[in-house]
Amino acid sequence: MTTKKIRSHQHLKEAARRAQKVRQKYRCRALICMTGCRALGAADIAAAFKEKLVAAKLNKEVAVVETGCIGLCARAPVVLIEPYEYLYGGVKPGDVDEIIETTIRNGKPVESLVGVEDGNALPKIDQVGFYKAQHKAVLENCGRIDPKRIEDAIARGCYEAEAKALCTMAPEEVIEEVTKADLRGRGGAGFPTGLKWSFCRKSPGDEKYLICNADEGDPGAFMDRALKEGDPHRVIEGMTIAAYAIGAANGFVYVRAEYPIAVEHIGIALDQAREYGLLGKNILGSGFDFDIEVRIGAGAFVCGEETALIASLEGKRGMPRPRPPFPAQKGYHGKPTNINNVETFANVPLIINKGAKLYSSVGTDGGKGTKIFALAGKVNNTGLVEVPMGATLRQIVFDVGGGIPDGGKFKAAQMGGPSGGCVPGQFLDLGIDYDSVKDIGAIMGSGGLIVMDESTCMVDVARYFLQFVQSESCGKCTPCRVGAKEMLHILDAICEGRAAIEDLNRLERLADHVGKASLCGLGQTAPNPVMTTLRYFKNEYQDHIERNQCPAFVCSTMLSFHIDPDRCTGCGACARACPVEAIAGEKKKTHVIDGGICIRCGACLGACPPQFAAVYRRSGKLTKREKQKKPRSKS
Amino acid sequence: MKLTIDDKQVTAKPAQTVLQVAQANGIDIPNLCYDPRLAPSGSCRLCLVEIEGQRALQPSCVFEAAEGLVVRTNTDEIRQIRKTILELLFSEHKARCTTCDENGKCDLQSYAYEYQLDEASLGAGRGAEPAPNYTTGNLALEYDPNKCIRCARCVRICDEVQMAHALTFKNRAAETEVATAFDIPLNDSTCVLCGQCISTCPTGALYDRSAKGLCQAKDMVRTRTTCVYCGVGCQIDLNVNPKTNRIVRVTSEVGCIPNDGNLCVKGRFGMDFVGHPERLTTPLIKRNGSFEKASWDEAIEVIAGKFKKIKSETGPDSIAGLSSAKCTNEDNYVFQKFIRAGIGTNNVDHCARLCHASTVAGLARAFGSGAMTNSIDEFRNARCIFVIGSNTPEAHPVIALSLKEAVVKHGAELIVADPREIDLVPYAKLHLQQRPGTDVALINAMMNVIIEEGLTDKDFIAERTEDFEKATEAIKEMTPEKAEKITGVRAEAIRQAARIYATAETASIVFSMGITQHTTGTDNVLSLANLAMITGNVGRESAGVNPLRGQNNVQGACDLGALPNVYPGYQQVEAPDIHAKFEKAWDRKLSARNGLTVVEIFHAIEAGFIRALYLMGENPALSDPNLSRTRKALEEVEFLVSQDVFLTESGQYADVVLPAFCFAEKDGTFTNTERRVQRVRRTVNPPGQARDDWEIVCDIATAFGYRMHYENASQIMDEIASVSPIYGGISFERIETVGLQWPCANKDHPGTKYLHKGEFKRGKGKFHPVRFKEPAELPNKEFPFVLSTGRLLYQYHTGTLTRKVPAIHQVCPTGYVEIHVQDAEKHGIGDGDSVEVSTPRGKVTTKARVGTMVARGWLFMPFHFAEGPANMLTNDALDPIAKIPEFKACAANIRPI
Repeated sequence: MTTKKIRSHQHLKEAARRAQKVRQKYRCRALICMTGCRALGAADIAAAFKEKLVAAKLNKEVAVVETGCIGLCARAPVVLIEPYEYLYGGVKPGDVDEIIETTIRNGKPVESLVGVEDGNALPKIDQVGFYKAQHKAVLENCGRIDPKRIEDAIARGCYEAEAKALCTMAPEEVIEEVTKADLRGRGGAGFPTGLKWSFCRKSPGDEKYLICNADEGDPGAFMDRALKEGDPHRVIEGMTIAAYAIGAANGFVYVRAEYPIAVEHIGIALDQAREYGLLGKNILGSGFDFDIEVRIGAGAFVCGEETALIASLEGKRGMPRPRPPFPAQKGYHGKPTNINNVETFANVPLIINKGAKLYSSVGTDGGKGTKIFALAGKVNNTGLVEVPMGATLRQIVFDVGGGIPDGGKFKAAQMGGPSGGCVPGQFLDLGIDYDSVKDIGAIMGSGGLIVMDESTCMVDVARYFLQFVQSESCGKCTPCRVGAKEMLHILDAICEGRAAIEDLNRLERLADHVGKASLCGLGQTAPNPVMTTLRYFKNEYQDHIERNQCPAFVCSTMLSFHIDPDRCTGCGACARACPVEAIAGEKKKTHVIDGGICIRCGACLGACPPQFAAVYRRSGKLTKREKQKKPRSKS
Repeated sequence: MKLTIDDKQVTAKPAQTVLQVAQANGIDIPNLCYDPRLAPSGSCRLCLVEIEGQRALQPSCVFEAAEGLVVRTNTDEIRQIRKTILELLFSEHKARCTTCDENGKCDLQSYAYEYQLDEASLGAGRGAEPAPNYTTGNLALEYDPNKCIRCARCVRICDEVQMAHALTFKNRAAETEVATAFDIPLNDSTCVLCGQCISTCPTGALYDRSAKGLCQAKDMVRTRTTCVYCGVGCQIDLNVNPKTNRIVRVTSEVGCIPNDGNLCVKGRFGMDFVGHPERLTTPLIKRNGSFEKASWDEAIEVIAGKFKKIKSETGPDSIAGLSSAKCTNEDNYVFQKFIRAGIGTNNVDHCARLCHASTVAGLARAFGSGAMTNSIDEFRNARCIFVIGSNTPEAHPVIALSLKEAVVKHGAELIVADPREIDLVPYAKLHLQQRPGTDVALINAMMNVIIEEGLTDKDFIAERTEDFEKATEAIKEMTPEKAEKITGVRAEAIRQAARIYATAETASIVFSMGITQHTTGTDNVLSLANLAMITGNVGRESAGVNPLRGQNNVQGACDLGALPNVYPGYQQVEAPDIHAKFEKAWDRKLSARNGLTVVEIFHAIEAGFIRALYLMGENPALSDPNLSRTRKALEEVEFLVSQDVFLTESGQYADVVLPAFCFAEKDGTFTNTERRVQRVRRTVNPPGQARDDWEIVCDIATAFGYRMHYENASQIMDEIASVSPIYGGISFERIETVGLQWPCANKDHPGTKYLHKGEFKRGKGKFHPVRFKEPAELPNKEFPFVLSTGRLLYQYHTGTLTRKVPAIHQVCPTGYVEIHVQDAEKHGIGDGDSVEVSTPRGKVTTKARVGTMVARGWLFMPFHFAEGPANMLTNDALDPIAKIPEFKACAANIRPI
């Protein structure tokens, strides 16, 4: 019986060489993102590749690799062809024939599928601005390997750091290296990881636990998900090193049920790691035992808070408890417990492999290494992005992100998800790290980055995020449970034009008190979107309250649609488009919108032929003329 | 530890939180989610304080005090935040104080005043009817989400103290509400209706259903008294509406001894009997077979005249009295004094005969004193607790909380020996499911292991005990393998239990009627005493032998001499010096012969020796074994007096019925199971012409020709103290706030927490050789089952009090018989089917409860129910020493009908 068990560091090196040889058997590899792109038909593309390569008798020399996220979600589904490095977006199964013919047989790019910037076709991945401005380190394997095959990971050097740490370093040395590298928690708060580990190591007790917080739940965030789906072995490797450092024999990955692919891929990876002796008893012959169990959460945002997560792991309702005592003192079932975020663990192998000095050569004083962002919102290149700490917002939004669509203007970016804050245009050139972001009222957060342009109402944005946090409050402490709801009521009133200026004072007071008095991070940061928008866009709040006006034309109750009688030709296009029959008018005669019936959908605005442009919208108090023109609503 | 709070230097004890230190030093920090019985949760955020060096405000209920802390509790910012929090709470608290029952005793309300909330922020009240929830339709309690502030105290107390785990939160955020799991009705959940959730609720969100609308807290008069149900002796506050003279609800103060504010369903909800319309209001005399109202003078004249006549005709010994474990110490003292000094006989006994007579006999022989050796609060620190023959969660629910706490919070090892799978079993390391009536074999086998494996406490045996060698032979015979054959408990489990018990630093035995109600009851107790002495587990804190007494004052009734062989304070009737002492004290010639016990009295009635019987608060027509025989005796006896609060089953047979006060109308004392003498206080006016028991007895005595007169109960206690050394130092004045534990020799004696420290009461602890004997009646072809009887959590004794309570009736309306599922299948019996249970003495129809509570071959019936009286079936065979009948084992059959 042959065993795959790797029994030593030396064995691992041999295994890596063997795996590389297997890879080299193929002269060409078609990498297809099968995680995020699956929603847009990646599975059909992969099937087409497999079928057609067999038909073309190329299947022995061309590999089809189902990978994790390749990054450029905006062009999904995405296919990357190695070794040519051609990146194809918006691929359909029907394109596969041409890719085989043109690229695989002849090494040429398929022009219709490559990206275009400023009128230039950019077939190679490293030509694309989105990738050029990035620094892939933690994501180096993501999108390049089949996450379901440990051999792929080993071939690319995975588990090398684990072997080095377990076989050649003392636990204290590992902690020292991580401390020197100045790694800070990527979950959002940025607590120094080495320090956290040393607390747990020093905490008395033989039974310790390690938890990987994979309960990423911010709207618009998918960094951790991408790592779990695309390179789960790196996370396992990081966890094993951490467990060795703190002295834990048992670990958990707490992942939400809404991430089925992540659950599947981690499960497969754990089985394989055990089979290869990279997890379990006597790992790599080092004498160190460690195993990991996957626990699936029900998708409560609050369970990303470490004490709530631990309560959930213990089988209790996911509610946080006050700290101290910290999990390092009393965690899972009262035992010392270390809990880190997915991305934090994924950074650890880099530090061990490169050494603290080289690792920390990237970044700034306010944060070392790289940071992964999930770039979303009003930006051309939405996707998964890794940049060095200290990169500016401008670099991320414009160089990587390719700027705002439709020639729009950057207004602000929401950093750190709903717990984060709104960063206005004036900070586009600020180098982003833990400290700088905090200084301007936002937080680094786990890495969600939502870009907003001029069509975004900042009050509405604050309301949106608050609504999310409010509904995710666990209900335990008063300020968060009730305070967030009260704040939301005020924001509703502002957006609906029912608020008075005193409400703004009350909102500010509530925001301050909810932040200061809430039990856990969820409540403490819940007011952040409100506070930062109040700080940088107070005028918009005032416009809503005092002028009944939403400058971005978002808040619909303040919006009114009108037809300019001087421009209207009575063509009837608007009336036909109106879903509620709010527009009246005889043919060839001026049409009128009944504001009482109008639901402010804007269909008339789109329907009015541009040469007339008679329909216009307004936000704010009506002019005398508009008021006069307003017919009585049907009673 | 020294720290500074609001510029004041204060000292903290280890593990105290900042809030606790502040409270101890008179610094008030507002809080809503804090209850000292619970682990702090820090959720209401009202107790936030500023602590130097801490980045954020800290909840003082959670933050541990530490040397040098500088704390500020009342800065402007903190006050503003508190005001905001209160405003927020009021935004979800949609109820008006004006119509709320808790008005006047609501923390939220008082903080609203203290922080001067705007009228606007108090919001609009909604209708009084709460939205449907898990308590809708429940007759015991009501939850109103509109008044709930989501502090989770109810959920936490259910988890942490009661450990019933019935409550949880449902939903999230502003929709969060208290609920049962899956929102099932409360009575379908694991709730035991203890009402602890009500007790901890800081607002009126959880409230006694039956108390709604009867009186607001601000108008209520609260009087501290002692619960009338079991022997735990919980301190309760009866909340009375002075305008209606009605007990509205029962509360208990956190921190009180012995129950720390905890109560069970009976103490919390079981007071409906007090003002019940069926209460007796006038004396009744039976004429031509039916009762007629009579005046007190008339009734007393009839009784005194009849007693005189019978005494003159056939002598004092043809009269007997049954005193009461429900009545006060003062009532019992006066009653037995009348029987002994007035009538001139020692024929006085009470229902202790049916519960712990064997304990009193056994422990007196082994240790010199028949009471619980330790205090209730010592259980929580015992390292091993051996519960045998006690269904503590049902019969002594509040003591069960300490047992669970010892296991769950302090890591004690619990061994449960019980034929039934009682609710303690999930907490136990071992469950030894012995066949009913085989306790001696089990205990001897444990001692066999202890001796074999050298786990005895040799020094203790040598220095503190005698006759060890005499006991060893019987022990050595009983190997675990032999015991396995007798008891059905695996030999290995017996070994394990023996090791756990013997090696624990402190081991405490807890037992009750599973041990005592056997023809071998005294043997069982002696055997347990042997086990404790062989391992040196007696005479120390948290180590001892602890019989849990059943009735509220069964300890006191025994202490005060309502027993045929002892005067008050366990002074032997047949000891000449004692006899002389009491003749002098009571100024009468006294009988020097022990009197008859309860069952003997009924047998003597049958035989014609006893012609008159005086019942004070006793109901033998339901409580005694072999009921047909007992009832026949009640019918036959020439003259029967029943003095009670209701016309009981026994009262129906009486010639004269006298209306007495119930506990809520009395002043006096009860003595609880841990020997603590506690006050009983008058809280409501009695119904009609009802009178206090001791006053009635005094009047009868005086009319009989033995003048007895006391100004009040306190005066009686002073007389008790003068004749009974163990009560020597007890007076009403000393027990005004906290009860005293006897022995308490004189006015300066602090009372006794645990007995036999340094020396046993009798000098040396005495080992007794005990050999296993089978129960008096074994299963046979005709009656193939073993039937055992016992109590339920929800009902009390003969149900006279509890069966009048709707809150209880809803969950436990009637009796049943438990049968193992395989036996049920074999006999074609389904759950809930009507069955007939029969023994050689009678037949009873009841419902079957099919499950695994009992093992195969065994049946169990609660005895509270007149409509299916288990005691029609029980065996009146007696323990030869203690004369206790064998309620716990007889042969029986069952068939579907």
